[in-house]
Amino acid sequence: MAKRIDVSGLTAYYGTHKAIEDISMTVEPRSVTAFIGPSGCGKSTFLRTLNRMHEVTPGGRVEGKVMLDDENLYATGVDPVSVRRTVGMVFQRPNPFPTMSIFENVAAGLKLNGSYKKSELEGIVEKSLKGANLWNEVKDRLNKPGAGLSGGQQQRLCIARAIAVEPQVLLMDEPCSALDPISTLAIEDLIGELKERFTIVIVTHNMQQAARVSDRTAFFNLAGVGQPGKLIEIDETERIFSNPSVQATEDYISGRFG
Amino acid sequence: MKTDIEPTSPTEPPALASSRGTGRIGDKVFLGLSRGSGILLLVIMAAIAAFLTVRAVSAISDDHGNFLTTFEWNTSSRPMVFGIAVLVYGTIVSSIIAMLIAVPVAVGIALFISHYAPRRLATPVAYVIDLLAAVPSIVYGLWGALFLVPHLTGLYKWLDDYLGWTKIFEYNDGTPRSLFTVGILLAIMIIPIVTSVSREVFRQVPQMHEEAALALGATRWEVIRMSVLPFGRSGIISASMLGLGRALGETMAVATVLSPNYLINASLLDPGGGTFAQNIASHFKEADGPARDALIASGLVLFVITLLVNGAARLIIARRKEYSGAAA
Repeated sequence: MAKRIDVSGLTAYYGTHKAIEDISMTVEPRSVTAFIGPSGCGKSTFLRTLNRMHEVTPGGRVEGKVMLDDENLYATGVDPVSVRRTVGMVFQRPNPFPTMSIFENVAAGLKLNGSYKKSELEGIVEKSLKGANLWNEVKDRLNKPGAGLSGGQQQRLCIARAIAVEPQVLLMDEPCSALDPISTLAIEDLIGELKERFTIVIVTHNMQQAARVSDRTAFFNLAGVGQPGKLIEIDETERIFSNPSVQATEDYISGRFG
Repeated sequence: MKTDIEPTSPTEPPALASSRGTGRIGDKVFLGLSRGSGILLLVIMAAIAAFLTVRAVSAISDDHGNFLTTFEWNTSSRPMVFGIAVLVYGTIVSSIIAMLIAVPVAVGIALFISHYAPRRLATPVAYVIDLLAAVPSIVYGLWGALFLVPHLTGLYKWLDDYLGWTKIFEYNDGTPRSLFTVGILLAIMIIPIVTSVSREVFRQVPQMHEEAALALGATRWEVIRMSVLPFGRSGIISASMLGLGRALGETMAVATVLSPNYLINASLLDPGGGTFAQNIASHFKEADGPARDALIASGLVLFVITLLVNGAARLIIARRKEYSGAAA
């Protein structure tokens, strides 16, 4: 189910611009790892290299290795499409398919992967919606459009869609930044439940959120505008927020810059 | 002491009153202009409809044939005998052929430009397509008559060999100045406009919808099927309607290519048939008063068909509005 991610010497570019430089870290399975850092430090870019979404951007390319257990995502012959079927992603703004119903949204990934019987699909959709704590709110209107839900519900629908295909890893790119505090709390509770089954990596601008949901926290920073982002340190969340080993981390979390 | 409390300058207007009167006047002028143009448009539409209706009614009452079912257009003799059956058939059939060919090709080109081609190739291709939209229809007509018609005999013989048994694709070795040829020519003429509009719609598909599909492990084609086409659906319909409007009303190109008669052929490949616009163009010069009214009556029918087609398209778009990309 959940796999370990082992990144070594990863550098990512947009065209000639080096966005992140020489990042190495390990993400433990069945845990939540949070990425924090100032805007432009490359934490979202780094997240997108973990399921090869980075290269979708024109000019995007990557050097280095990302091992998922013992498989290098960037080895020659690896199909980015199958990487993304193994490493799911949830985005900053909820993005359910606007032309699909709630049911179709959750089933969308399954339909890409093969043919299922109707009863099988129904089972998986129900399980995924329950897994995303959304089932009770939508079970009577599965055929209504997904775009008709509230922002928080839409984001949980996107999580249901992502976990329906049973990925090894779930990447979340600021999943709560477009949501109100109550919806945010619902997602944070959900993340706590999901880490029993998945390896979760979450990018967040909200340091309290990182402190609340994550087991380990990575701090990214950049030397200046136009400079590549770098990993400053990664450690147990408790340690990062109480006694970080690098001064820049302490300055950042105590609000002295960024 | 009392003077101290008073405002320093008693003539200064209260703070909330507008100091710039011009803003108000600008609003009023603009409101008047936009409202006036709106009303003018409705008045022109109503005037056209009224004009067509009045003249058409007088012509139809002079018609000694049946306006709807007569296979003849004889307006120089008295009494006049004319009917629109052949024109309805020819207009609709040639437009349907044009749409069946043009829409898939145009959507394909639009997807190629917006999602497949590298930018270095996409920009010139898009430019050439836009250029094609600006070619005058008489040029298409001349090209159609002088180049396309003689080169279609081979294709039509082939269709006759394999599909001749359907009667629709029967071909009897004439010069192929037929409805099918008109359909092909119309398709070529409307591909640019359908392509341009579809391409713009495809370009506006929000990145986040495409990334949603990508993140589930969709291939490029699956992204297009899951995100791009559903989002662009109403845009494709609108684009097709623009093209269809042009196909229904196209005059010079059809008049140049078609060899008209007032029969409905079972075969689409054999010469003959006619369309509303082509019929009006062919007869207008030699027509006197009543004969012109007869042409105007046929014009009214074309007007109504166009309105119906547009209305139907709007219904299709509105029916799935809550699923449209605009809601997200």
